[in-house]
Amino acid sequence: MAVLEVRGLKKYFGKIRAVDGIDLKTKEGELLALLGSSGSGKTTLMRMLAGLEQPKEGDILIDGRSVVGVPPRQRNVAMVFQNYALYPHMTVRDNITFPLKSRRVPKETWGSKLDWAVSILGIEPLLDRRPGRLSGGEKQRVALARALVRDPELFIFDEPLSALDAQVRNIARAELRDLQKRTGITTLYVTHDQIEALGLGDRVAVLSYGRVRQIGTPEELYARPEDLFVAGFIGNPPMNLIVREDRVLGVRAEHLFLKRKAQIAESGLNLRLHIDQLEFLGSEWLAYGIEVGREQAARIIARLPHDEGAMVRAGETLDFVAEQRHVKLFDKASGRLISR
Amino acid sequence: MRERITNLWSAVVDHDRRLGWVMLGPAVIYVIVFVGVPFVLVILLSFSNATVGDPRIHHFVGLANYIQVLHQPQFLTGLENSLLITFLTVAALLVLATLEAELLAHKFRYKWLVQILLILPWAMPVSLATLAWLWLLDAEFSPLDWIFRQIHILGPGGLFGPALHFYYLGRTKFAIAAIVAVNVWRMLPLATIIVLAERLSIPQDLFDQAQIDGAGLFRVLFRITIPALMPVLMVAVLFTALLVFGDMAVVALLTRGGPGNSTQVLPYWAFLQGINGGDLSAGAAVALFLLPVLLVMAIFALRFAYRSEQA
Repeated sequence: MAVLEVRGLKKYFGKIRAVDGIDLKTKEGELLALLGSSGSGKTTLMRMLAGLEQPKEGDILIDGRSVVGVPPRQRNVAMVFQNYALYPHMTVRDNITFPLKSRRVPKETWGSKLDWAVSILGIEPLLDRRPGRLSGGEKQRVALARALVRDPELFIFDEPLSALDAQVRNIARAELRDLQKRTGITTLYVTHDQIEALGLGDRVAVLSYGRVRQIGTPEELYARPEDLFVAGFIGNPPMNLIVREDRVLGVRAEHLFLKRKAQIAESGLNLRLHIDQLEFLGSEWLAYGIEVGREQAARIIARLPHDEGAMVRAGETLDFVAEQRHVKLFDKASGRLISR
Repeated sequence: MRERITNLWSAVVDHDRRLGWVMLGPAVIYVIVFVGVPFVLVILLSFSNATVGDPRIHHFVGLANYIQVLHQPQFLTGLENSLLITFLTVAALLVLATLEAELLAHKFRYKWLVQILLILPWAMPVSLATLAWLWLLDAEFSPLDWIFRQIHILGPGGLFGPALHFYYLGRTKFAIAAIVAVNVWRMLPLATIIVLAERLSIPQDLFDQAQIDGAGLFRVLFRITIPALMPVLMVAVLFTALLVFGDMAVVALLTRGGPGNSTQVLPYWAFLQGINGGDLSAGAAVALFLLPVLLVMAIFALRFAYRSEQA
């Protein structure tokens, strides 16, 4: 089990700062999700970790050893690409043993390593097939077996679920999680999908414009976003952000209550909302509203329990409150959380 | 009137079958007139006793022309040389085109210049290019010989001395090598473009993955690149082999089949017999000997390409 550490890593493509000073450190055997939208630098970061790109500045350490300048084949980093990059003219068996042959692993051990990887992923029946005859889920398992077979110190997954159908995706996600826990290999999981990142990651690093905005457990990111970007990104719906002079108040949809119903110990926020739309979600409602009496008022979303939502009508004006402890304060200029 | 034209137009355009025939028509007619008819004529000629002086096909002699041709020593030499030259050219092309495509698939400085230089032979007329090669390989004035003399490979005390010249086109093996060299030189751009198109369509992920998996340069080339290129390499073999096998210009300009008849090839021998020698029917018979060879090559190459596409 290895620890990956990245220090002040930078990579520019011309004027574009793809990675602009990233620091992060994994824990042993953890699954760290790198979450960012396209253009956030996550792909470039991952390619530098694998050795496919050279950083402009900074250092990459695996178990304390710098690997900058070390070519990919001398790093023990396994990567699973978005489309799995299986070698199309090789059988599944040859695909999986390719890293062993390439890395001059002693021939006597190929068989046992192959069997081990294949049995973990349960793909024995596929061994003699070509990738062209595999389904998306099977391809993923073959790609995972190929990554696993050489005992890597570090796994990097690049959006491995995005090529799968929605139905298969949930199963595949669970399998990935299970595989990672069983093998205990430190894993970086790159994704733009926060449901995947929050659902899979022991911790999640939120990337934007080549920088890490926040790194923490999914609960921490949700409950205590450290800046406005994370607040507006994590969660569905994301945190409501309300501008008050030089501050920005952040409150989650589920922490807004109808004033006439609520019994709140210490009120931190009063909002008068003009409700313009209601969305029925089954067990609850989402009420979309605009703050009354303010210029440039933000659209605010409140989550209402089933029975309360049923009584609200679009066009009504209602008072909402939130508890002091649920209202986050951000500095408007810097975007940082003001702790209190 | 106008309505009629509109009706006629829609009668063609709105029916896929009819439209298909209309669009294919010119090509089909072209092939029938300029390929099919001469082909039938050649077959008829080869079984007749027609000459340039009397080109009427009215007296058939059965297989006599073929039997006569088979007894000519030049024919056998020509067949052997045609096969040898084609094989050597295609083998060299396969290696060089793969390497060139690999080179051009990467980014480097002045790539545009290299690309232009590499494509240039294709833009040159065969005759002009062959003249340049004639000068390069001239018995007296070859610049290559001059270079070899300067570095003491030729001349008194040289490795191959004391001769001052290699007489490239005066020795059979050298002459064959020269023909192969010119053929390779002028076919390489075509072969490279065919291969390069396929090379660029291999996803970069595969190469990244192979690097991460620990594969070195040669393993990537032989286990990833070449297998992926295989179908298109077969197409390149087919195309260049057919062009080289059927070509007489290089031999005619470079060696005229000489020294003696030692570098004779079938197309040139067919030309010498049928047109220069005036014996149309014998020329046709020689030319038709090429057909089964070319046909077999074409069928093999196409089948192979099709099969690897399926897998």
